Amino acid sequence: MDHFARLGMPVALDLEPAELDKAYFARQRQWHPDRFVARPPEEKARASVEAATLNDAYRTLKDPLSRAIYLAGLKGVELPGDGKTIDDPELLMEAMEVREALHEADEVETVDLLADKARDDMKNALSGLTGLFLRDDKPALRKALLRLRYLDKFAEEARAKRANLERAKA
Amino acid sequence: MTLLEIHEPGETPLPHAGEGTLAVGIDLGTTNSVVAIARDGKPAALHDETGRSLVPSVVGYPRSGGIVVGDAARLLVTKEPRNVVASVKRLMGRGAADLHAVAGVLPYEIEPGSGETDMVKLRIAGKPRSPVEISAEILKALRQRAEAALDRPVERAVITVPAYFDDAARTATRDAARVAGLEVLRLVNEPTAAALAYGLDKGAEGLYAVYDLGGGTFDFSLLRLEKGVFQVLATGGDTALGGDDFDRALAERMLSERKRDGIADQVDEGAVKAALALARQMKEQLSDRDKTSGRLEIAGVPSFHAVTRAEFDAMIDGLAGRTVEIARHVLADAGMAPGEIHGVVLVGGSTRVPLIRCRVAEMIGKPPLTDIDPDEVVALGAALQAEALTGGSDTLLLDVTPLSLGLETMGGLVEKVVPRNTPIPVQLAQEFTTYQDGQTAMAIHVVQGEREMVADCRSLARFELTGIPPMTAGAARIRVTFAVDADGLLTVSAQERTTGIEQRIEVRPSYGLSHEDMADMLYDSLEHAEEDMTQRLLTEARVEAQRSLLALDAALAKDGVLLSAEERRAMDDARRRLEQAAASEDRDAITAAAEALEALSKPFAERRMDRGIREALSGLSMGDLERRVGE
Repeated sequence: MDHFARLGMPVALDLEPAELDKAYFARQRQWHPDRFVARPPEEKARASVEAATLNDAYRTLKDPLSRAIYLAGLKGVELPGDGKTIDDPELLMEAMEVREALHEADEVETVDLLADKARDDMKNALSGLTGLFLRDDKPALRKALLRLRYLDKFAEEARAKRANLERAKA
Repeated sequence: MTLLEIHEPGETPLPHAGEGTLAVGIDLGTTNSVVAIARDGKPAALHDETGRSLVPSVVGYPRSGGIVVGDAARLLVTKEPRNVVASVKRLMGRGAADLHAVAGVLPYEIEPGSGETDMVKLRIAGKPRSPVEISAEILKALRQRAEAALDRPVERAVITVPAYFDDAARTATRDAARVAGLEVLRLVNEPTAAALAYGLDKGAEGLYAVYDLGGGTFDFSLLRLEKGVFQVLATGGDTALGGDDFDRALAERMLSERKRDGIADQVDEGAVKAALALARQMKEQLSDRDKTSGRLEIAGVPSFHAVTRAEFDAMIDGLAGRTVEIARHVLADAGMAPGEIHGVVLVGGSTRVPLIRCRVAEMIGKPPLTDIDPDEVVALGAALQAEALTGGSDTLLLDVTPLSLGLETMGGLVEKVVPRNTPIPVQLAQEFTTYQDGQTAMAIHVVQGEREMVADCRSLARFELTGIPPMTAGAARIRVTFAVDADGLLTVSAQERTTGIEQRIEVRPSYGLSHEDMADMLYDSLEHAEEDMTQRLLTEARVEAQRSLLALDAALAKDGVLLSAEERRAMDDARRRLEQAAASEDRDAITAAAEALEALSKPFAERRMDRGIREALSGLSMGDLERRVGE
């Protein structure tokens, strides 16, 4: 059973967050180990596995990017493992330039600008995914998802850098 | 129509089983402990004859025999200081290697030989005693208090632990309860329990934060409350930050005032203790006064000290600011803004300090919730959960892992398998592969922490997966599964997928991650993210280089004859250059040398492939070949 089916959601890129929460809470109400405190060990074990699977499904579908990557996977678009070399020269150039800018930034404001741009880029790229899924353009999907994953990582690095700068200032 | 229930033979429940006993909630604190009970969703702390709900977490073993707990044990300190233990919570699940973290805090004699592969033991009143049995005495006293107050046997409890308690400390807490004759229904994180106390009481909905500032530790958690669901979104903290730091700041000021006035103090342990005791008193007075004063006497020389609330605020402003900074990080982790918080629950005695309340209010733009006693709120929440688990209720508690869990990979890098703030229970798996041709065993090293390098994370357990059939490097598929249960306890198993060989271990480290270490590690990760990334890239380049060298050596050994002497010389040169580069700190040099070697060995690889095909085909008739293709 895929994560969408497990939570009773339509297999779709756009999910209503409130609907997803509702479905997840309802199923956790049924399977959370807290409901099985007084039950026999086999039932407890089963509940623990069910609850864990639900958590995995929820975690994957909750975040728009991990949802998109998962959905693409269902459609046969495989991304290289995390941390593997980027094989897209265009993206490589973009990543190197922005990384360098982040590395050289020594003001919180500069970091914020870079982070804001990454966030905007992410938003645009995410909204562009709908069309790619509709057209079932697998190479373009793969390219877009790789870029999104890089942007997400970059935003995280920018956050760490910002915290560093603030700490250094204090 | 009512359907008859049929049970398995021997499993028929006794009628009304469990009705005779009650389940309580217990906050087993570092300084004080509280036991509470909830009935019909109304929690209440249980008091002693004098009406006090706090039981000091102090255990005494008087010379006259017997064991005393709480106030009685505290009184024993002056007469028999060596027979009294306080703050034992700091030692739960700790080994000898962790002792530096509590050095100077716990002036106890450590039982020699303990703590190497097990938890440390203390030598008290001439006998070795483990933190588990000492904690069990506190739990027994709480259980007795509950039984006296309720006039019923009490055999089950929900016990709270700091969100940052690791596997070993959680296991030790469970063990202590067992020794005290209590079945633990669930270990619940302290901030979650506090939110429960507020949420159920107020029927609150929306995003809530729990700001927990104790004597030595700070925790900040974000929860979403919705129709009886308590969903922890993110949690974080710093365990080297608390009200004790406020006392220290004030004590230092008084000691320097004495120096300024020409008093030549011998600043020894006694002097510091006297100054700290007065500082604590004055701090508490400043919670509802604008100024206060006190008399400090060291070695018979008295001095008088006055301090205003404004002066005190200035002293602790940096510390208060740090808690706000941590809170902002937790918010960012959850992708939330301070303005989205509906309310902040205050937990811990140190949140009585007005500046703290003021800074919290500033951050979220509304006054914090203070109507439940911050010393009791955790126990009250635990009592509610105990009732929910036994009596059945619609409340659902969805908690998370506080720190990332992962494995050591090549070059001492950490591969995270369960990221922090993942909802529990959880079961996540990752596939790893072998690094060398013919490798038959794989060391599995489980670590906890946020940093990129193993050396900067906490080691939880090691085991070895053996019996992997010899294959070429990278062909084996080893699936490592991490399972964290609803109590936050971890189990790791590993399986070689092509053969089905499986080994499973329960991760039960002999001594765990210290409360302090955990938070430090989390914040270290923010400070070092950049240098970690550089280090990671360098290590990856080295691992890649090593892999190329191994592959080349294997190829040369097998098919070296395919090369001319000249080609071989060039190859050996390139090989040496890569080896040298890999030993340096220069990532670009490693990459360049690796690329050069790769370019050089390309024709060799092609020749090897041709030869491989020829060998495979030699001696085969046309018919054999067709059959083979058809297979």
